[in-house]
Order: sequence, then C-alpha cells, then structure tokens
Amino acid sequence: MSMEPTPEEIRDHRVYADFGLTDAEYELICEKLGRAPNYVEVGIFSVMWSEHCSYKNSRPVLSLLPTKGPHVLVGPGEGAGIVDIGDGQAVAFKIESHNHPSAVEPYQGAATGVGGILRDIFSMGARPVALLNSLRFGPLSDGRNRYLFERVVEGIGGYGNCVGVPTVGGEAVFDDAYSGNPLVNVMCVGLIDHDQIQKGVAGGVGNPVFYVGPATGRDGIHGATFASEELNEESEERRPAVQVGDPFMKKLVMESCLELIDSGIVVGIQDMGAAGLTCSSAEMASKAGNGMELYLDRVPCRAEGMTPYEMMLSESQERMLFVVRPEHVDRAREIFERWEVPCVEVGKVTDDGRLRLIFHGEEVGDLPVRGLVDDCPVYERAVERPGYLDMVQSAETLNDPEIAGVQELTAALKAVLADHTVASKRWIYEQFDHMVQGNTVQAPGGDAAVVEVQGTRKALAMALDGDGRHVFLDPYEGGKATVAEAARNLVCVGARPLAVTDNLNFGSPERPEIYFQLHQSVAGMAEACEVLKTPVIGGNVSLYNEHAGQAIYPTPVVGMVGLIEDRDRMIGAGFRGDGDLVAVLGATGADLGGSAFRAVLHGAVDGAPPSVDLQAEARLQDTMLRAVEAGLLSSAHDCSHGGLATTIAEKAIAGGRGANVRLKGDLRGDHHLFSETTGRIVVSAPPEAKEALEAIAADAGVPLSWVGEVGGEELTITVNDELGIESAVADLRDAYEGAIPRRMEKA
Amino acid sequence: MFVARVQVTIKEEVLDPQGKAVEGALHSLGFEEASGVRIGKFLELTLNTDDRAVAEERLSQMCEKLLANPVIEDYEFELVEAGEAR
Repeated sequence: MSMEPTPEEIRDHRVYADFGLTDAEYELICEKLGRAPNYVEVGIFSVMWSEHCSYKNSRPVLSLLPTKGPHVLVGPGEGAGIVDIGDGQAVAFKIESHNHPSAVEPYQGAATGVGGILRDIFSMGARPVALLNSLRFGPLSDGRNRYLFERVVEGIGGYGNCVGVPTVGGEAVFDDAYSGNPLVNVMCVGLIDHDQIQKGVAGGVGNPVFYVGPATGRDGIHGATFASEELNEESEERRPAVQVGDPFMKKLVMESCLELIDSGIVVGIQDMGAAGLTCSSAEMASKAGNGMELYLDRVPCRAEGMTPYEMMLSESQERMLFVVRPEHVDRAREIFERWEVPCVEVGKVTDDGRLRLIFHGEEVGDLPVRGLVDDCPVYERAVERPGYLDMVQSAETLNDPEIAGVQELTAALKAVLADHTVASKRWIYEQFDHMVQGNTVQAPGGDAAVVEVQGTRKALAMALDGDGRHVFLDPYEGGKATVAEAARNLVCVGARPLAVTDNLNFGSPERPEIYFQLHQSVAGMAEACEVLKTPVIGGNVSLYNEHAGQAIYPTPVVGMVGLIEDRDRMIGAGFRGDGDLVAVLGATGADLGGSAFRAVLHGAVDGAPPSVDLQAEARLQDTMLRAVEAGLLSSAHDCSHGGLATTIAEKAIAGGRGANVRLKGDLRGDHHLFSETTGRIVVSAPPEAKEALEAIAADAGVPLSWVGEVGGEELTITVNDELGIESAVADLRDAYEGAIPRRMEKA
Repeated sequence: MFVARVQVTIKEEVLDPQGKAVEGALHSLGFEEASGVRIGKFLELTLNTDDRAVAEERLSQMCEKLLANPVIEDYEFELVEAGEAR
C-alpha cells in the first residue's frame, strides 16, 4: 500500500494545491463535508471541480450559446446532443479534444481520443456511423511537428479502422501557433431511433450498479494530480498518465452495450471518460437526484494493490457504468457473457444524495453528490482587450506591390495550393478507412462528408471547421465566420444545417486577454448560430493550451451536421460536365486581412479579417438549398481560404477538367483572385439551368455573376480581360496533391 | 567494439492489448496455466567504441530517442565485448 497523507497532512501541507484546488476551494470542500477531506475525497473533488468536468471558467461564456430548437431532442449536459431527422429517427453527435495527451504520446493520445468520443455516442444508445477529426500542428518543416502529425494520424487510423467506424472527413491546419501544443479534436456522429434514447441517470433506489469493460489500471491518473515525491515512495516512472486504447475490446463493449440498450432494460448508462469511475457515478446519481454506494473491492483491477484513490481516478479505457432493475440482472449478465466482456456489480443506487465508497467493508469516502457535480464555484474571469489587436487590425493589407502577369499570378496560385493548410489532405485520409459500413457516399476531400441513412432516401452531411487565424485577428468576427463556414460547407453538398457541436480550444482563461478571446468568439458564434438556426447541442472546452508561455491561436472548432432529404440531390465540389457554366454566388470585396495569400506570399498574419454579414449569409445558403432542391446545379464549392482562384482551381482538380473563367470588377487583379470575402460559393450548372438559377438568386437578393464555362484540360482565369491564371489542371493538381506527401517523404 | 542487447517492454502499469490477446489465445488452446503475458521487443546492435562508459551513455540516448518510447515503455540493455559475444 502506498502511504497516503492524512486529512491533517493534506490541510497543513496544502496537498490539495498539487491537485489544482485553490485555498478557497479547499475551504468550501471542508464546509460541504463538515470536516477535512481524506486523500481519496480530495482527489475526487479535485477532478470533479477541474475545468474539464465542471466548466468552472467557461460556464458564463457557454451560457451565451443558443441550445434550443424545435428539432433538438437532447441538448448539452448528456454524453451527446441529439437532433430529430424525421421518421422517428435522430442523429447524435459530439466533439471532444485530446490535445494534451496527443502532445505527450501522439499515437495513444489520438487513439484514445477516438475511443472516448465513440463511448459518448453509444452510451446515448446511438450506433456510431462516422468519425471526423480536426487537427492542428506546427509547420511540417520541423521534425518534431512531422513526428506528432504522423503519429496522431496513425493513432486515429489505428483505432478508428479497427473499431469499424468510418473516418469520413475533417480538417488539418499547420501554423507556428500550434508548435508544441497541437490540437486534436475528434467528432463522432451516430444514428438512433427516438424511443432508444438513453440518459445517464442512476434511477430507482436499490437498483444495482454495474461496471462493464476491461480491468482498471493505474493509467490515466493524471500527472498533474499525481502525488509528488514526498507523498509516495513509488517513482513517477511506474505511474504513467498515458492511457493505452484497445479498439478490439472497444468494439465488443460497444456492441454489447448497444444490445443491452436494445433489450430495453437499461435504467441509465454512462461512459467512464474523464475522471473515470468518479465522474460517471457522481453524474449519474446527480441527474437522478439520488445517491450511490460503490463497493470498490469488487472493481476489476489490472494491477496488484490498487487503492480506492487509484480506482476512483483511473482513466483506463473502454469502461462503462450502467443501472438496471434487480429482476433484469440475469438478462444483462447473459448479454455481456456472450460478448466475453467483463461485467461486475459494483454498487447500488441510494436515496441519501451521498456518494459512499466502501472498501473491504470499511467506508473510505462519503461525499455529497450535489456538492461534487453542481456546487463547484464558477469564475467570471477578468476580461481585457488584448493590446495586439489594434496593431494587427490596423496593418495595411492592400498596399503591397501588385503581383501581376500571368507567370507570377499562376506561380502565386500554385504556392497557395501547396500551402499545407490549403493543400489536399489525401495523405491523411488515405490512412483512414472511410468506407467501412458501406454508407459513405461522399468521401473526404469535399466540402462536407456525406453518409447515407440505411433503408431511407436520407443522408447526413457533416463538416468540421475552425479558423484560428481569423479568430486571433478579430475574435468576434472570427467566431461568426467559423459557424458560417461550417454551415456553408453543408449547403454546398445540398444539406440543410441542423445543429452544432463546438470545441473551444484556448489558452489560459486566467489571462484577461485570453478570456477576452474566448468571450468574444463565443459571442460571435452565438450570434451566427442564432441567425442560421443551428443551436449548439453539446461540446467540449479545452483551456490552458499553451507552450512555453505562448498561447495557441484562439481556436473554436465547429462541428455541424446537416440533413439531405433525398440523397440523389447531393452534389459535389468538382466540375462535372464540359460546357457547364460557372457562377459565383455572393460578392467579392477587398478582403486580404488574415488571408492565405498574405500568409503564403507576404509571410504576414495581419489585417482585419473579412466581416460576416449573417443576413446575407442566410440568404446565400437558402438560395443554395433552393437551387439544389430544384436540381439546377452540377457542383458547388465554398469559397474560403485562398479566394476565388484557389476555389476554382480546387473545383478543376476535383473534377479533373479545366475551365475558362473571366472575372470583372474594380479590384486589383491579385486581390480579386485571392480575396477571402466570406459568403461566397462557386457553382457550376448546365446552360439550361441558367435562367432558373438567376430567378432564385434574384428572388433572394443574392448577387450572382456568370464567370465562365467548364471544359478542356487547362484552367485560365482573366481579370478584366487580362490573363491572370493559365495552367494545365495536371500541374495545379501536382502542387495541390503533392505538397504534403513530398514534405513527409523528404523527411 | 561492443555488442548491445536491448530489451524494450511496455511499462508495467500500461495496458498491453497484444499481451492480453496472446494470453486469451493460450487459454483457448488449453494452456490454462499461462498468465501475465507481456510482449516487448529485442534489439541487437554493434557499437564501434572501446570505452564501455561511452557505449552505455550513447546507448541510453539511443533508447531514449528512438529504440524505446519512454512515455509508455521501459528498456534494459546489456553490453558484451564483441569477442565474447555468443
């Protein structure tokens, strides 16, 4: 047995401070308990009151987000949010971060991130049908960044491919701001019938509580909360904070739990994610207004001599907790025996609102459930507009010497296409199985991934978007732009956006300028969600993303899911038929602030990023959906990073055919080609659809300009009759597709 | 010249899914007495130096940087003078 400090030693030596608790929080715990907490109790309070479990820093900000809508069946607070898709069916989805684990051990960190988000989905009773990921690393010119990137991608593929859920899409960004603190956000989407929706509630006093899954080890007992040397003789070597995933076991746990839920006997079920047994038991009891008694000597353990403290705080993977009525126990056991998944009765539901821990007949912990779950202090942090904003926003982005001439502009386009953030992510998604289950109808590489709903005409579209650079330059507008772009990606495949899951990746909230970024960007997101009618149904907050005192770009990532009523109406990004006409929906202004063009050609991240006219955005998206509904379009692609030239080039590359494009306007040539004004979509349509499309756009007041036609093997773009871009599509493809593989192979 | 023999194992407290799978397979083949299966790897390499202290130092660095993943793996090695090997 390790030597655990006594309650007095914890108080006198401020052991709680090592667990991340403040003096005031410790005092509050003593007040809640009516005495000083022992070691396991203070450990439990510290994880339940951590930002990760309590959202104590972010709660005031999260309350800005709209969470309600007529189609929302389950909002924030459960494992995942759930939205109606008609016919008694619904979609469950959620995003989660595994940033810090991935920085320490990229393969397992990313793999267990996938494992965690899968549990969130199937614990709701939903069958996972798709995974997506949003990745951010430092530049690939650096060896360490290449290593992290390579191993994270392998970890996601290794786990996702084994567990039989397709990884269908996502995004990847490379920027100095993420060197040393990569971001790994994973999203899972699941399908469920309305009558199967589960909640994590420990209902029915006297009901038994079951532990499902492999044995608990000492893994995942967080390094930061782990005792320092004077508390424990054992070296830190023996107690790694890294969790190792086992996707084959996860597959069995998932299938057995789904069968259990399908049998209709579950009272409540929840996954053991962050803070493992502690968080799942306390939250389930709290949601039911009950208490719970746990007999810890019954918890299956992987290592000898594990203490209650270790069992309660372990984050060993692939474990679940569920409650059934006594008469259904045999039925439940039979299911898990058949799947060869360990299932042990470890406790019972009580009526006293306490979480009691019993170990070999002795009470080792007695805590108030409400105190753990609901009474964590909430902090309104100081807010201060960061000083850098005035400087970057006032930067002059339109006065650089003009890049002119067909050779220079074509070279500039190739440079932008080869920028790792813009370039094709084929190198990544080729390592993922995106076809398993056989329902993927739009694979990675387009605006949004599309997965059909078996046995119906319906399909689900899903997209992940974040734009740290724009949020850094203007948190409010950047927040709006992030939501608007995700929704635009969905309408580009013909899907009506339904709802949002968000992952807020920021630096330390204790720094007023970081809290400003958090507050402003969430306020911007909230406004966009309101206008675009996409409520937030759940999400995740990851703060303290800093390396060597330097915070990452403020990076809210938005995962959005949309519905395609008839999958035959779905369209893709690439040009489809020779002779089709090309049109730009939306107007182009001089928006070079924070653009890929400035970053790649001028090495500058500055200027005011494009502002977002949400009303215009809503009209644009509505027009787009009406045009798809009427079957007018051959293709559509959101115009964002790299502007019109990049968007049109991507359409040519994806479609394997060229185009003749003639742009007109009063902007300078290079600005017209690369400006990143939001609210634009480039479409192609057969000539006979021209008038009908014009009528729909005019009706909604959306600017529409016909700019050229599809055909040939070359892409040419003129601006005000001067040739700007001229290149074989094959050469553009080489720049776009080859950039990341060449960099990774060269290593 | 030294011959180095390096043994890399997953840390005791880290889950070893591969070992678990092999243990399950052993049981299903009737080897019920087998338990605690852990799987690691064995490496052998020759070091072109005659100074044992230097060889140990360099080999430790190789283990830390490449041969083992110190976050989840332990390593041990032995150094044998090339002539004595085998």
